[in-house]
Amino acid sequence: MYLKKSRGYFLSKKIDQFFLNLYDALQFVVRFFKEVFRPPYEIREIIRQCFQVGYHSLFLISLTGFITGIVFTKQSRPSLSEFGAQSWLPSLVAIAIIRALAPLVTALIASGKVGSNIGAELGSMKVTEQIDAMEVSAVNPYKFLVVSRILATTFMLPVLMCYMGFVAMLGAYLNVHSNEQTSFILFFKNAFDKISFLDIFSSLIKSFVYGFTIGAVACYKGFHAKNGTEGVGRAANASVVLSMFLIFVEEILIVQIANNFR
Amino acid sequence: MTNGAQRKPMIYIRDLYKSFGENDVLQGIDLDVYEKENVVVLGRSGTGKSVLIKIICGLLKPDSGTVNVLGQDVDKLNDRDLRELRLKVGFSFQNSALYDSMSVRENLAFPLVRNMRRLSRKEVNEQIESMLNDVGLLQAIDQMPSELSGGQRKRIGIARTLILRPQIMLYDEPTSGLDPITSIDINNLINHVRHKFNTTSIIITHDLTCAKTTGDRLAMLFDGKFISQGTFDEVFSSDDERIQDFYKYNFIQNNLDREAKNF
Repeated sequence: MYLKKSRGYFLSKKIDQFFLNLYDALQFVVRFFKEVFRPPYEIREIIRQCFQVGYHSLFLISLTGFITGIVFTKQSRPSLSEFGAQSWLPSLVAIAIIRALAPLVTALIASGKVGSNIGAELGSMKVTEQIDAMEVSAVNPYKFLVVSRILATTFMLPVLMCYMGFVAMLGAYLNVHSNEQTSFILFFKNAFDKISFLDIFSSLIKSFVYGFTIGAVACYKGFHAKNGTEGVGRAANASVVLSMFLIFVEEILIVQIANNFR
Repeated sequence: MTNGAQRKPMIYIRDLYKSFGENDVLQGIDLDVYEKENVVVLGRSGTGKSVLIKIICGLLKPDSGTVNVLGQDVDKLNDRDLRELRLKVGFSFQNSALYDSMSVRENLAFPLVRNMRRLSRKEVNEQIESMLNDVGLLQAIDQMPSELSGGQRKRIGIARTLILRPQIMLYDEPTSGLDPITSIDINNLINHVRHKFNTTSIIITHDLTCAKTTGDRLAMLFDGKFISQGTFDEVFSSDDERIQDFYKYNFIQNNLDREAKNF
């Protein structure tokens, strides 16, 4: 406060604002961990949100997962057949899907579908004073709106990820089967030959982290929306862009850490 | 201000200052509101009327000054005490702020089930129905907010606030955006609420009909200060040009409304 009055800004207006926002966001996340264990628990709202997150992105996830499986197999076949190594195709595809594609594609789809939804919903609740209305009726809006949504995305993303991995493997199987006439059992036996516990575990961890990121970013952006309807659009947009960006940053970090254990 | 000197004020504000960046909104507000009294705060748009009542219910923090509500300094309360206080202070929003994703019944149930956890489902339903009956909208119980008209939304908003039985009601522009006949209904509702639930109220408005029918006492807010306080006639007998302008505009409008009605 003193600095602001005496010489305007500490560094420059934008840089100051950036760090203030960062601090705000950090507080927002810390508050989540404080409130999540404190009763009363909004169980019904959490279940409702889980349903929204999971069910509403199911179709999109099925479609993209299936296509990813088919296309990835199709594209990998020529390079493998140069070495006469088509028989490696199932394990190659499985490694690619389970280690990298399933968590990442699920997270990107969910951030587009769920993140923008949460950002817009909370944003419009903010600008129409519905969040203030909760506050003055002695209900904690953070608990009701934010905690339930972050929990829902955190727990539903791993589920969606598993589902997507399965659908993508099915797609891959269809392609392999139609070209090499591999049986269903042989395909999956080959596929899981090279998959270790660490692969599945790190993918699950990734999905948890991505889910938390999507929920937290979208809630933060929505909760701090301002300037009327324009702010709602901006909140929805920012929740998608920022969460996608953070997902890629986290991808690098988690892969680096996981590789240390191999 | 009938024998106000002996009674203890429910809301006691001294020397309240609030600014947003460069914009000084409130510059030294003094206000006492006594039990079961309806105080109307009049003023132009953007003079900080809404800011004043948002400070009273703790949505905004004052820069300096004392804001004492029911014996407690609002800006010094912790989260839990503030929540306790908010059970006793109702706030009716300008745009009603109904929860879009919930039906009218769920809107009313929302604060009730979360603050009074001992109530059975039957008791909750009874309270909701009796409250809707009081605002005259029992038939809308299973409608969604988007299906309601502006006046109906206002009523539901007031009902949702009243369901916690607050001692103090804060109305933010209760008649703004409504036609004159609906406005009269809302004014009557405010008076009805006052008598039935024994509330003390602050009503923010720039509608003089509303001010005259609902207010015991008026306070004129100009440039962040109260320039005049008293009964309707006391305030508008002043020669101050700003007050006279306010009166004239509303007076002309009232005449037009009356003509429209006859027509």
